[in-house]
Amino acid sequence: MESVSGSSQLNKTLRRHYLDLPQWGKCQVTYIWIDSSGEGLRNKTRTLDAEPQSIADIPEWSATGFNQKHSDLYLIPVWMFRDPFTMDPNKLVLCEVLKYDRVPAESNHRTSCKKVMEAAEEHCVWFGMEQEYTLLGMDGYPYCWPKNGFPRPQGPYHCGVGADNVYGRDIMECHYKACLYAGVKICGTNAETMPSQGSSVWEFQVGPCEGIAMADHLWVARFILHRVCEDFGVIATLDPKPMVGDWNGAGCHTNVSTKKMREEGGLQYIEQAIEKLSVRHEEHIRVYDPRGGEDNKRRLTGRHRTANINKFLSGVADRGASVRIPGQVGHDGCGYFEDRRPSANCDPYSVTEAIVRTCLLDAEAGDI
Amino acid sequence: MATSASAVLSKAVKQQYMDLPQGNKVQAMYIWIDGSGEGLRCKTRTLNYEPKSAQDFPEWNFDGSSTDQSEGSNSDMYLVPVTMFRDPFRKDPNKLVLCEVLKYNRKPAETNLRHTCSKVMSMVEGQRPWFGMEQEYTLLGTDGHPFGWPSNGFPGPQGPYYCGVGADKAYGRDIVEAHYRACLYAGVDICGTNAEVMPAQWEFQVGPSEGINMGDHLWVARFILHRVCEDFGVVASFDPKPIPGNWNGAGCHTNFSTKEMREEGGLTAIEEAIERLAKRHTYHIRAYDPKGGLDNARRLTGHHETSSIHEFSAGVANRGASIRIPRAVGQEKKGYFEDRRPSANCDPYVVTESLVRTCLLKEEGDAPVEYNK
Repeated sequence: MESVSGSSQLNKTLRRHYLDLPQWGKCQVTYIWIDSSGEGLRNKTRTLDAEPQSIADIPEWSATGFNQKHSDLYLIPVWMFRDPFTMDPNKLVLCEVLKYDRVPAESNHRTSCKKVMEAAEEHCVWFGMEQEYTLLGMDGYPYCWPKNGFPRPQGPYHCGVGADNVYGRDIMECHYKACLYAGVKICGTNAETMPSQGSSVWEFQVGPCEGIAMADHLWVARFILHRVCEDFGVIATLDPKPMVGDWNGAGCHTNVSTKKMREEGGLQYIEQAIEKLSVRHEEHIRVYDPRGGEDNKRRLTGRHRTANINKFLSGVADRGASVRIPGQVGHDGCGYFEDRRPSANCDPYSVTEAIVRTCLLDAEAGDI
Repeated sequence: MATSASAVLSKAVKQQYMDLPQGNKVQAMYIWIDGSGEGLRCKTRTLNYEPKSAQDFPEWNFDGSSTDQSEGSNSDMYLVPVTMFRDPFRKDPNKLVLCEVLKYNRKPAETNLRHTCSKVMSMVEGQRPWFGMEQEYTLLGTDGHPFGWPSNGFPGPQGPYYCGVGADKAYGRDIVEAHYRACLYAGVDICGTNAEVMPAQWEFQVGPSEGINMGDHLWVARFILHRVCEDFGVVASFDPKPIPGNWNGAGCHTNFSTKEMREEGGLTAIEEAIERLAKRHTYHIRAYDPKGGLDNARRLTGHHETSSIHEFSAGVANRGASIRIPRAVGQEKKGYFEDRRPSANCDPYVVTESLVRTCLLKEEGDAPVEYNK
């Protein structure tokens, strides 16, 4: 199959032989960080003499930035997970990036997000994020699409001729198990194929996570997705509109609640929060994708179950709205709301920070 | 895809045979460096006991005329075991043993550069010289084209590949993972890995290793890499500039420190060492690849995070310099420094020996000093 990578054809039984070898108490720790694009993930591995019991046991490290004059970056471990690829006792460690002068790198939005979450701690903010993504072959074309064209407009739910849904499901299944093993709070998956289209958009959900944990877990879930796809020889893209035209885009719907919203009568707090969001629509759009809104322009058209980027709309059970109150929540009078605006390639630190600032802290950017 | 025929042989069938018990017999694989100074050779014998160290292995011999190391008429050469490792291919109780090569007259073979290195290291034992070497390499298919590259062309330009993840960024990670684990199992001091700037290029780091151990561990790590690649049906190249043009070369950056450099105020000793190196650039360049500098001339251009081969330079956090002092070391005023000049296909015995000669034995001039011992 030309659309899978050469690497994926390397013998996996052979790989199993090597990965089953004992490592005599040494521990491999893979450091993961977000690069200067704000979207890309990087990783490298080092040996520790013993299994770390917590983040405190994992030393800082450095990496090369591409600024020739000040090339050293610092990697500061913030969250430790089990490694689902080389397995126990090995670890994956999510890191924050500091520049040579120990100031957060431009694409390090975690530092300010953490401060905001700490300021809002009393509200016990919970998040759940629904990460959509599209599978592509090595040729850059959606994975199950026929070579020189498009799927039939009236095609079945399953992907088009020649490929079948099983490939997509393999990746979803493996990713789900890997996240569970690692300790990522993955709470569900589903295929996002739309009837009468052959788009290969998939989704997984991470949450409920409190405060800073949301973005930490989502970034590591993304890393695991890219690694699983690498193993299978296909590519996961978080581009919000990978195929132009009458095809689905990919978002990262963000569900939010506070303690008060979850309790009886919480609907009033939900409505208050949405009111506050409605007057800061442009500020949020700017941080809901890594390009100040330019990426989302291609996706938030008002069609394909999105709201138009230029308007703020909200409503119960309305999937054409910017913010949706689930029908059940409307019925129960408490629960959570869903902000449908974030793009699939958003930075969850920026998204969760903006929501907390606007709804709970009444703060402008830079206030904290 | 250009992988070898061997790679297609059934590994499940192989596993069945490899799982057979072997009684009290032990397979000992002897490894040595051949006449090219870059290539590795190996052969195996059965022992009736499990050796506990290199001293427990008998000396052996081989046909040097087949490895470019002697004439056919007087071809026997000696293999003298020096360091033992576990065998990650055949597993316990089987062993790998690294050997020095002696000629028929018991003198070191031309490419046995361990012999002198060992002597030099023993002269500076008290200074506790530590090394860490960052071995870069490129994965190629059996057609010689970088692994994973499109068969009639090139991937997108460099940028996304360094430490990358994803099928379009990382080519051949299975080999890296298998090699890492195999080295840990064997007892090689492997301390890290990462994807490098050019796609299909990778790096592993060995160390910190003291004295002669650096060369021993790096050579065995290289052997394990070649064997793992052979299993998967691809090729590892240590050529310092496998693809000309706007693609990174492959080096073997060498980190070095002494006890004094690692202690409070050690930065002074580091700076003194660098001053000595500045005066001996030509000698080191000759030592830093197996062709007296010709290989490195293709790599050390001053571009792609290298210094120019013609000039010596040093700086804090400067990846365009010959010698880089890591920023943390500059701040803490102690630690180590990094010599970025050695080529990926260097002989680590020669590299580590030359650093000790210049920095610790304080030699000057273009030629190494002959010590009587």
